[in-house]
Formats: sequence, C-alpha cells, structure tokens
Amino acid sequence: MKFSIQVSEGPYNHESSVTAINFVKAAVEAGHDIFRVFFYHDGVNNGTNYATPPQDDMNIQKTWSELAAAHDIDLVVCVAAAQRRGIVDEGEMTRNKKDGMNIMDGFRISGLGQLIEAGIESDRLVVFGD
Amino acid sequence: MSDAKKFMYINRKAPYGTIYAWESLEVVLIGAAFDQEVSLAFVDDGVYQLMKGQDTTEVGIKNFSPTYAALGDYDVNKIYIEKESLEARGLTLDDLQHLVWEDEDEDWAEKDSIRVVTSAELAEIFEQQDITLSF
Amino acid sequence: MSILHTVNKSTYERDTLEACVRLAAKGGSVLLIEDGVYSAMSGGNKSSVIENAKDLSFYVLGPDIKARGLGEDRLIDGIKVVDYKGFVELTVSNDSVTAWL
Repeated sequence: MKFSIQVSEGPYNHESSVTAINFVKAAVEAGHDIFRVFFYHDGVNNGTNYATPPQDDMNIQKTWSELAAAHDIDLVVCVAAAQRRGIVDEGEMTRNKKDGMNIMDGFRISGLGQLIEAGIESDRLVVFGD
Repeated sequence: MSDAKKFMYINRKAPYGTIYAWESLEVVLIGAAFDQEVSLAFVDDGVYQLMKGQDTTEVGIKNFSPTYAALGDYDVNKIYIEKESLEARGLTLDDLQHLVWEDEDEDWAEKDSIRVVTSAELAEIFEQQDITLSF
Repeated sequence: MSILHTVNKSTYERDTLEACVRLAAKGGSVLLIEDGVYSAMSGGNKSSVIENAKDLSFYVLGPDIKARGLGEDRLIDGIKVVDYKGFVELTVSNDSVTAWL
C-alpha cells in the first residue's frame, strides 16, 4: 500500500515527529511504500541541518535523512511554512538573499500542492501533529 | 471528475492563539486548484475561526478572516459547522460570517455555503471521505 | 467505510478524545498515541469517556504506554495494545485515518 505522512510539529518540542519516524519504519518493514512525507507548520524544523542535539539523544533530522536515503522517501518541506521559520535551500537562499542555507540532505522545499498531490496519489494519508 | 477524491479539512482550533487556522486555510486555497471534492468542518474551538467582526489591528497579526468569504469563488462551498460545538459556546449562526457561493448550473444563483449539522450527521459525512486533513 | 481515529492528548487536559468519540461513527477504531495513552487508564474520573463508548474499538500504542511507566494491567478492560507494526496494520484494515489534533 502507498502511504503519505504529514508532520505538523517541530522535532524535540513534540513527540509527533518521532511517532511519524517510528510509523514510517514500521510501514517500510511491512513492505509498504512511503510516497511522501510532508512537513508543515513547525514541522518544517525537521528539515534543518543546523541542529546539534546531545549525543545521547536521538538526532531526529538526521534520522529522517537516513530513512529517506535508505528507502527512497520524498521528504518535502512546505515553502510557505519554511519561509516563515527560516528553513532555506539554495533556491530560497538566492531568491531571498540569505547568507546561507540549512536544508538537511534528503529534504526539498516545495509548495503546498505537494501535500494535496500526496493525498491524491496515496492510499492512506496519516497526519501527526499537536 | 469521477476520479476526484473527497478531501475533508477538520478545523478544531481557534484563530490567532496558534497559526493552525491560518495555515489550514492556506492549504484549502492551494488545494482548490486540484479539482477534488473539498469539504471543511469546523468543530470545537474551530467555530471561532468564522466569527464576524475580527479586528487584529491592535495585536498586529494578519487578520485572515476575510479570506473565508472568498472560498466560494474557489468552489469550496461545503462548509459544515457542528451544531453541538456552536451551542456549547453560546453561539448561533448569526455570530458567524455569512458565506455564499454562486451556482453556475442555476444561473449563478447565490447559495449558502455553511451547513449546520449535528454530531451524528457530521460523523456520517466523515465516513464518506477519502482523505482527512486535521488542523 | 471505516475510520481509524488517532488521539494524542490526555483526556485529563484536553477534550480531544471527547470530540473524537462524539464525532466517530459506530464501528470505528480509536488508537490512543503519545499523551493520548493516559486516557486508557482505568480507575480515573475520565475513564468513563472510553467505558461509555461501546460502539467503538479502542487501541493503545504499547511503546507510548511503556515510555510513561504505565502498566498494561491498568488499562480499561477491552483496550487492545498494539506496537507500531499494529498501528500500520490498523491504517491498512480501515479505509482512512483521521487524526484528532
């Protein structure tokens, strides 16, 4: 079965990112496809590579990145939400004249249409948030 | 479109205190371009999103409440309000914005977009959806 | 059509579970995750929210119970414990998923 996931809260502040990670791992193990994970609201903070969590804690952003690489999962950060919260890729850096970019490997920034498309293309959409 | 999916947006949060209401509306506006069957439900504190007379000038946050009136132009005209949520908050339909749409098939007759439904009716409507987005 | 409802708030702090129970059609399944698992404990003054919802099936996410030091023996009768694999299976066996946020 084809799944898409929406993550609506930031990592560390709320359990929802970790629940989503555990759900994605279990779905992949059961042989399902993850079509897309869409990060919205403060969920876009899952896509920063500027975080340095303590070594004895889970690195949530890196875990997403590794999951995406291992299972070819499309990780999409909403552009409107990202612009509000300072998640920047190369295109955004150039367009909005920022000094740097902070998007994690495996993530890309795109529009809200990607969430709707995920709903259309997938058999199930599961939302994790507050 | 026969292969259109039914999308339901459930709104349970009041505006301004958190950003969910506004960012939900942004999804609805973008999603309207995809020719799917769209419904919105306002339950619990979500009903406060549609209050008339919102004025945020002294707070400084953008007042997005006029945007709801544009939903009809986006062919978003199935807006369900849970009766029990309204009543629990001492509100009536008169406290909310009057949202309308124009029916192309009936010579652009103006029709109400808002339907007040009971919890039981709304539960049945939820059962008919393919995709439910929660905000 | 059947819906899997997820609830992630304690019923002692928020009314999310009450909203879910009120708006879930007969025969639906409710999975309590994250802080939602506190609502699954027996003997509390809000345990009745689940005990009175006879038309729904309740599940609780085991890892979230364990993380919070709650024993499975203290769950309200009839609530089934699932792991993440079981969570995925519930999303497959139902037709759609509604998150009560």
